[in-house]
Amino acid sequence: MGELLDLAERVVGLAEGSEQLEVVVVHEHETEVRAYEGEVESLTVAESRGVGVRVVSGNRQGFAYTGTLDEAAVGEALAEARDNLSFATPDEYCGVAEPDGVEPADMDLFRASLADYPTEAKVAMALELERLTRAADERISGIESAEYSDSITESAVATTTGIRATGRETGCFLSAYALAEQDGETQTGFGFSLGRDPADLDMSTAADDAAERATRMLGAVKPPSGRLTVVLDPWVSAQFLGIVGGTLSAEMVQKGRSLFADRLGDEVAAPGVTLIDDPTDARAFTASSTDGEGLATRRNLLIEGGRLDRFVHNSQTARRAGTVSTGSAVRGYSSTPGVGVRAVSLLPGQLSQAELVAGIDDGLLIQGVSGLHSGVNPVSGDFSTGAEGLRIRGGELAEPVREFTIASTIQRMLLDMEAIGSDLQWLPMKAAGVTLVIGELTISGT
Amino acid sequence: MDHESNGEADVDAPIVEPDVLEEALTSAMGTGAEFAEVFVEDRRSISALFDDGRVEELTSGRDRGAGLRVVVGDTTGFAHTADLSPAGLRVAAEAAASAARGGGGSVREVALGAVSGPSPGPVEIMPGEVSKARKVALLERADSAARGSDGAITQVAVRYADSHRRIQVANSDGLLAGDRQVRTLFSVSCVASGDVGMQTGRESIGHTVGFEVFDSVVVEDLARRAAGRALLKLDAVPAPSGEMPVVIGPGGGGVLFHEACGHGLEADLVAKSASVFAGRRGEVVAAPIVTLIDDGTMPGEWGRYAIDDEGRPAQRNVLIKDGVLTDYMWDHLRARREGRPSSGNGRRQGYRHLPMVRMTNTYLGSGDADPDEIIAGTDHGVYVAQLGGGQVNTATGDFVFGMTEAYMIEDGRLTNPIRDGNLIGNGPQTLLDIDAIAGDFAMGSPGTCGKDGQGVPVGDGTPTLRVTRLTVGGTAA
Repeated sequence: MGELLDLAERVVGLAEGSEQLEVVVVHEHETEVRAYEGEVESLTVAESRGVGVRVVSGNRQGFAYTGTLDEAAVGEALAEARDNLSFATPDEYCGVAEPDGVEPADMDLFRASLADYPTEAKVAMALELERLTRAADERISGIESAEYSDSITESAVATTTGIRATGRETGCFLSAYALAEQDGETQTGFGFSLGRDPADLDMSTAADDAAERATRMLGAVKPPSGRLTVVLDPWVSAQFLGIVGGTLSAEMVQKGRSLFADRLGDEVAAPGVTLIDDPTDARAFTASSTDGEGLATRRNLLIEGGRLDRFVHNSQTARRAGTVSTGSAVRGYSSTPGVGVRAVSLLPGQLSQAELVAGIDDGLLIQGVSGLHSGVNPVSGDFSTGAEGLRIRGGELAEPVREFTIASTIQRMLLDMEAIGSDLQWLPMKAAGVTLVIGELTISGT
Repeated sequence: MDHESNGEADVDAPIVEPDVLEEALTSAMGTGAEFAEVFVEDRRSISALFDDGRVEELTSGRDRGAGLRVVVGDTTGFAHTADLSPAGLRVAAEAAASAARGGGGSVREVALGAVSGPSPGPVEIMPGEVSKARKVALLERADSAARGSDGAITQVAVRYADSHRRIQVANSDGLLAGDRQVRTLFSVSCVASGDVGMQTGRESIGHTVGFEVFDSVVVEDLARRAAGRALLKLDAVPAPSGEMPVVIGPGGGGVLFHEACGHGLEADLVAKSASVFAGRRGEVVAAPIVTLIDDGTMPGEWGRYAIDDEGRPAQRNVLIKDGVLTDYMWDHLRARREGRPSSGNGRRQGYRHLPMVRMTNTYLGSGDADPDEIIAGTDHGVYVAQLGGGQVNTATGDFVFGMTEAYMIEDGRLTNPIRDGNLIGNGPQTLLDIDAIAGDFAMGSPGTCGKDGQGVPVGDGTPTLRVTRLTVGGTAA
């Protein structure tokens, strides 16, 4: 890690005159093992490195990156970034971040144990995951994929304004896609487990979830169209909350692309809804003590008791709005810092999913959605996705249903949130999942 | 003749000398592997963004490295490196070989043949020869045209991007091939604001050529089309909900086939029985008017290349002929197991990724119906003029695709524009439910197809067509 910061500092030292430089260096080591029919289908050992250089001068910025730490290539990127700058339109708010005195959270996101974990043991886990998934139910006919993957990521940011930030995280992930077959019909189900090192992983949960989700869809029919109370499974609600979080970026607001632009202080959600973005919560798979500009991340309350409390900022949007950064710059080494949430969650409620379902006479539990990128428009708020799940009848899970859509608008869904479960679950995405009851959605089926 | 600036070598000069590739392959094969491959890539890109009324930034990128793949039995080992020196490639080769758990076998020398394969697609004006100032000027023109089209246009983002990707592939069968792939992309996204909120409109073009594309594409026209789409939707009614006939206009419909059956015809998914089309070659899978083709050789199209990322020439592959499933799409590994040639569909996002079976330019052949009569013959339904992306579960066949410009059809006429949403169907059923195809074929917008976390550029196209029954996922009764 010191090596990455040294490189970043060396490049920052090349700044000329009054120009500002920001250098981000990333080094990622990944292993991925895929098992298929008792054999290793593929084993990938990958090491990726890259450097991004941002130059700001005369209120203009230029950027370039290179996928190596090779100093000559980094020098070339610096020259390119300087050249690119001359084509940008001046913007008085343009600039790299300034140190703001906020201390990065002290979190334990790195486990040396992962780095030392032998490849053979990772291979064994992938093979065992496949075996367990196939064995979980006699109707499991095959596996689309059974996979172990992990990553060790180290990064550093240095600027001419004195920012020196480093971070390192480990993560590992087991996932299984099971195929269930009965009477010539095939259904699929997904199961996973994640953690910071292999000791955190729960192989049987991943295998059993994949098998159960696939087998319980057998015999699924297309439901009739209508309006119903819908229960979103944590895996689904997390994807919805990630979209909501995206609309609360100050960049979207300032550029006139957010639904909630003029709504600070307004009731935008049901009274029981409190939405928080907290990258300093070490339980979040996406936790990080510093942001893409090297500032400390922090806990940001976005919606409190249904009232819109704040947007998230990087240093540039903060300057434009006359406020301070919320530590919400997001980026890789190949892009300039954008603005976004990193670890969004709802304040959980008191009831389990089963208890919430028990209170619904006629409804639908949604276990999977598709086409979030094609049927959800975060600017207009239109929300429409493909879905599959189980009917709820008389407080019990009933027959499986598929090939239908659920639709509403993002604005209405926030206001129609009737209950939030107690089952908060951190997932490999920028939001945590929790069982979520939406009062009414339009179902399009037969 | 083309010539490249930035001090780059010309296209015929290898990125890595063949003797170095031979040495790396020999290291990879040293532990008794059956197959080894080195894929070398050198990619330069420029992206310029005009947003919120100003040139926000120019980004330059360079990615250069090699991926090494070693196959032992059913196991593939893969490693990559950004170090293209003989030592760097040897280390990666050994890592890949060890990942494939090669057990001891005899040393096998690899001797590469002469460079083979078709020539790269013609490029008249290499992006590197065009000044950044000229690229940026296009952005400003598009922004002005979009904003000038109506006062209700409140935001505009315009992006120009080009990439210049050189690849080299060598494998233990002695294959040595190379390609130079140039891509140019231009997109305009608008926001229109009205009494009932905001709407968006987008238009983009992308071709595997250089800056000469702007001799025929007028960026102001793209901008006005994007703006028009956003403005139109200010008056849009909520989309209907339920099953009905759906007419898809020329160009856009390719996404439907990409999702409804394209992915399901990829041999890797078929081999795992994770496709509803597994085991159905020779069977009727679609209405007899349906002929579906995947063609990586279409000049200038977004999914075009001379060789795929395993060194095989791109091909024109007929997937469905007159409703009968003729063949799947293949990469080298899957084809080798079946003892047949690859269909030239082995692609990867970059040198850090393993190749997989991927589509190129997928399109529906023309029919003889009249597009106006198709609409006139539809009593109540939806007309989709522009599709967004889509998604499919290949094992069940259920797929969705988005509509970003669509209208109600009432009594055989297009009426109100409708708001964005998804449509859902089941691939095998939808293919059978196609009852009319017109002769007005057009290619659609450039797309990026995602599979297992890898994105690759793809094209698609269709004439006007009608599906007798799809489920429209709106909120109106």
